[in-house]
Amino acid sequence: MSQAIVRLLVSRLLQAGLVAWAVGTLTFLLTRALPGDMAYRIAAGRYGYENVDRDAAQAVASELNLDSHPLSAYAHWLGDLLQGKLGHSLVSGEPVWQELGHQLGHSLDLALTAVVLALLIGPPLGMLAGLRRGKALDKASLVAATGLRSLPPFVIGLLLIMLFSVTLGWLPAAGHGTAAHLWLPALSLALGLAAVSARVSRNAMARVASAPFYAFAMTKGLSPQRTFWRHGLRNVGVPVVAYLGVQLIYLIEGVVVVESLFAWPGIGHALVHALVARDVPMVQGTALAMGLLFVALNTLVDLACLAIDPRRRPA
Amino acid sequence: MTTFTLTPRWLARRPNARYMGLVLLVLLLLFAWLTPWLFPADPARQNLLHTLATPSLSEPLGTDHLGRSQLARLASAIRLSIGLALLSVLSAAIPGVLLGVAAGWRGDWLDRGLGLVADCVLAMPGLLLVFMLAAMAPGQFWSLYVGIALVLWVEYFRVVRAATRSLVTSPQLQASRLLGFGKVYLFRRHLWPELAPSVLTLAAFGAANAVLAVAALGFVSIGLRPPTAELGLMMTELLPYYQEAPWVLLQPIAAVFLLVLSFQLLAGRDPR
Repeated sequence: MSQAIVRLLVSRLLQAGLVAWAVGTLTFLLTRALPGDMAYRIAAGRYGYENVDRDAAQAVASELNLDSHPLSAYAHWLGDLLQGKLGHSLVSGEPVWQELGHQLGHSLDLALTAVVLALLIGPPLGMLAGLRRGKALDKASLVAATGLRSLPPFVIGLLLIMLFSVTLGWLPAAGHGTAAHLWLPALSLALGLAAVSARVSRNAMARVASAPFYAFAMTKGLSPQRTFWRHGLRNVGVPVVAYLGVQLIYLIEGVVVVESLFAWPGIGHALVHALVARDVPMVQGTALAMGLLFVALNTLVDLACLAIDPRRRPA
Repeated sequence: MTTFTLTPRWLARRPNARYMGLVLLVLLLLFAWLTPWLFPADPARQNLLHTLATPSLSEPLGTDHLGRSQLARLASAIRLSIGLALLSVLSAAIPGVLLGVAAGWRGDWLDRGLGLVADCVLAMPGLLLVFMLAAMAPGQFWSLYVGIALVLWVEYFRVVRAATRSLVTSPQLQASRLLGFGKVYLFRRHLWPELAPSVLTLAAFGAANAVLAVAALGFVSIGLRPPTAELGLMMTELLPYYQEAPWVLLQPIAAVFLLVLSFQLLAGRDPR
């Protein structure tokens, strides 16, 4: 057990390192690829276009090491990253760490609510469909899942806004603050996640229900409910939780876009803003936080799999 | 864990769904490429006297907030999405399959080296990479294309590598090899027929993801710039006019939905 956990943690740690390197390199390339004189552009972004002079540009250039040789600048850049020096936002002037601290909590709220909602909607429906294969619920769930997966999260969000905010007027369309604001963004993410986990749990349930051990449990006289709780649930849980790991990609990508749609003050929203404003330190910080959040959630999924499925543990 | 199973023949799974997807895709292709012939209109031409017009005979899909022909814009946006999707799928699938076969066949350092590159790409959600690459050259078609293709090739590589590993040791391939057939022959005769169904499924999913990625980029205004007609961008532009003209906003939404749906159905597997 502990050996499996150690191996898992080491491989996820390596992945986290890869994420940091990839984000650092990409943002470094981003600074080099900006058109025009980078120092002037950033200075303009920071102080406004009227207040830019050569001194301001020079200060920016020395702060970001824009004059040195590309390779040494790259080494310097990665060195800073390794020490956790993320710098200051070029737009607000606040330290990137501080901004991230504010945003991470909001993004986590959104992501975790979405996962919980998805798990409340998807697997129960999927398991019911799997127990009644070929019936109306099964077919309806396939159609609904295919339809939902053909809509990107931001389109689901748009449709939800149209329905619940504009037409019905039940929930606020955008913003942040009260619990009512959390519903629509979380639901936009949860519906897509639920669609897939419903199908995964439907297939798993169908497989388990047609397995010999399941038939045996029924034959020996257990009621259908008891058979399900005792022999079905845990076996269905393994692929559903394992598949959550795959779905995390959808979740993280969705968080970026859905936060932008709903003006949710999280990391994804900040990433998009930083990309538009060419706020390079914030781009690096937010992309890094997103990537590391992805790795961390993946680690949690792996640990959950180990906990549910004894076959994964070495004897 | 779900393992990737090779389907025996193309269309073996869910033939009905796949035909539906194919028909839908052909209809979308016809719509996108025939519209400029039947209703020649410039998708960028504004007419501020006729903004948000309801559908009529001369403007079958109405006009947008700048009085531009919605029909021409929608057709042009679909052409862009399909074109970009097919282009990036092709340029991801060919190197992905070839490298996968090479890594699975040769093994050793080539396998480990390419595996490491693949792990680097997979370490992060693909859309984040596409976002950052797209930000390097904002509004450029090629940066979107490079970003999407760069993210997509890994899937082909991993699936093909895993399948090749087991196929290379199969008796029939060993027999052909002993008879002295060349590598190209072995690939064509023994590997490709086994790989093709999964590669085609991946290609369909890849095309769906490419359409979604372009729309997402356009929607958060990192992707292509106005006045380009692009589905995500159109949604952002038309959102403020939802109350006055809901039918205009629903058009790009329906287009994205139908495009992705056709590719998902074509893939012939459960949605992922």
